[in-house]
Amino acid sequence: MKQLRFWMLAPARVWMALFFAAPLLIVVAYSLLTRGDYGGVEQPTTLENFTRLFDPLYGAILLRSLVIAIVATAFCLLLGFPMALFISRSGRRKNLYLQLVTLPFWTSFLVRTYAWLFLLRDTGLINTLLIKAGIVSSPLPLLYNNGAVLLGLVYGYLPFMVLPLYATIERMEPALLEAAADLGARPFAALRRVTLPLALPGMFAGSVLVFIPCMGAYLTPDLLGGGKTVMAGNLIQNQFTTARDWPFGSAVSLMLMAINMLLLLPMMRRSEDVL
Amino acid sequence: MMIAQMQAILELRNVVKDFPSHRAVDDISLTLEAGRFYSLLGASGCGKTTTLRLIAGFEKPTSGEILLNGTRVNDVPPYRRNVSTVFQSYALFPHLTVEKNIAFGLEQRGERSFSGKVEQAIEMVRLSGKSKRLPAELSGGEKQRVALARSLVLEPSILLLDEPLAALDLKLRREMRAELKAMQQRTGITFLFVTHDQEEALAMSDEIAIMHRGKIEQTGPPREVYRKPATRFVAGFLGAMNWIGDAGVRPEALRIARNGSEYRSTARVEQSLFLGNAVHVLLKLESGESATAELTGAEADFRTGELVHVNWSSADEMRFPR
Repeated sequence: MKQLRFWMLAPARVWMALFFAAPLLIVVAYSLLTRGDYGGVEQPTTLENFTRLFDPLYGAILLRSLVIAIVATAFCLLLGFPMALFISRSGRRKNLYLQLVTLPFWTSFLVRTYAWLFLLRDTGLINTLLIKAGIVSSPLPLLYNNGAVLLGLVYGYLPFMVLPLYATIERMEPALLEAAADLGARPFAALRRVTLPLALPGMFAGSVLVFIPCMGAYLTPDLLGGGKTVMAGNLIQNQFTTARDWPFGSAVSLMLMAINMLLLLPMMRRSEDVL
Repeated sequence: MMIAQMQAILELRNVVKDFPSHRAVDDISLTLEAGRFYSLLGASGCGKTTTLRLIAGFEKPTSGEILLNGTRVNDVPPYRRNVSTVFQSYALFPHLTVEKNIAFGLEQRGERSFSGKVEQAIEMVRLSGKSKRLPAELSGGEKQRVALARSLVLEPSILLLDEPLAALDLKLRREMRAELKAMQQRTGITFLFVTHDQEEALAMSDEIAIMHRGKIEQTGPPREVYRKPATRFVAGFLGAMNWIGDAGVRPEALRIARNGSEYRSTARVEQSLFLGNAVHVLLKLESGESATAELTGAEADFRTGELVHVNWSSADEMRFPR
């Protein structure tokens, strides 16, 4: 039995060691070295890459990432909870709605983000319609700002909020809501006192699943922010490409991981078995 | 047993409930009076739970009227009906302690100082010392008592109990029976107890309504429905019944003797089962029908294959229109 267990887990162990632990160690090592002239790393070891993180310029980028990720997570919660509730109460249509929620995954994230570009730009669908309808005279600035980035993130990660929320709400015994009504709770009170607290593990799980990719997002701010909204992901990408500063890029990556872990560990504990 | 001057707490008038696939409740009328213990007895699928859900307000009747304290409540939502339900699964709020589960209803009513009431309720169901526990930390019997306290603390006009003992083991079930009955008498609240267990219904109720295929077959005190069943179904459903010709005779009404001078049939003893306080003798009558005689006392020693004389008094025969 023990042997079987060992061999069954062996492939996963090897995989994690090769493709997770080893690269992470490399990143840690790089973050302590000096940049090479054409990328790469050189001796000597230094802590300078980490002290540079406290430069207000980079602090602002990390802070912006944090704020955008928190706001995006909050929007996903606000939109996702009613959606999950609605789906769980849709009887036979449940599966259809769940499939609709996951439908965007059928095409690539890149393509879908480009689609937003075509919707939001000055000559895009929304502005064209607004101008033709005479509601506005000149195009609204819908693209290349924080709002556009936020929109793209909420759009992209909403399913990751809806699915765990749905799972927890669905698991709830239906008689609990009847019991609440029976004891005099109006529908809204029952929602607040029973459904909401019981959906907490799903909220935590969904928040973790949305927050992490939002913190590290680089495609969305790149395309919809147009280089004006630089987030941590863009900073890292930039260090490894144009700036050719791998050690600093590694340090930013580790900082991002540290922030995520610090913020999310308590949440992951409370997400019970949903995650 | 109808006490005319007592006020009807609940009245069902020709209530029908249709579901897309079938009619669950088929034109039932029922009047419950204050302070009594009622049972709704029937096999699973007979419509008894639907009836309970109609009274609680979880379902709306397709036609007919439900009156609570003389007021029509067909369209009144559950949270505005002064009835309370003890669910089969108990449906305790898993995130709230015993205390907070019991306080839930009082809070919803907007009562300010209810800690005294909650404490009293906890004491009544003997859960003092466990008030800070979560439902997951309680035994089945304890959960049951929390569910009871949670409802009783609201002093409802009627307490609806949906097979509340079904999930308990036999010993606990018997204890809870006496406890429920005592609680009903102490609080004076009308209980409507839904069960498929005739023993439960007979033991606890002041009055039993027997349901079959969405209809109420008979209503009456336990002794009356047992001794004078109104329909063939009730006769067969409550207790054991021998069908001899077109008459029903209870096993305890059959007398057997080796050579009685007066007898109605001879019979061959097929099996004799010793049950401790009684003996069940399985008989094959001369007509070819099978019957069981329940004998108490020392004379009850018959061997398999023995030929006996079977007798019963006409007063014990029950006859029903086919």
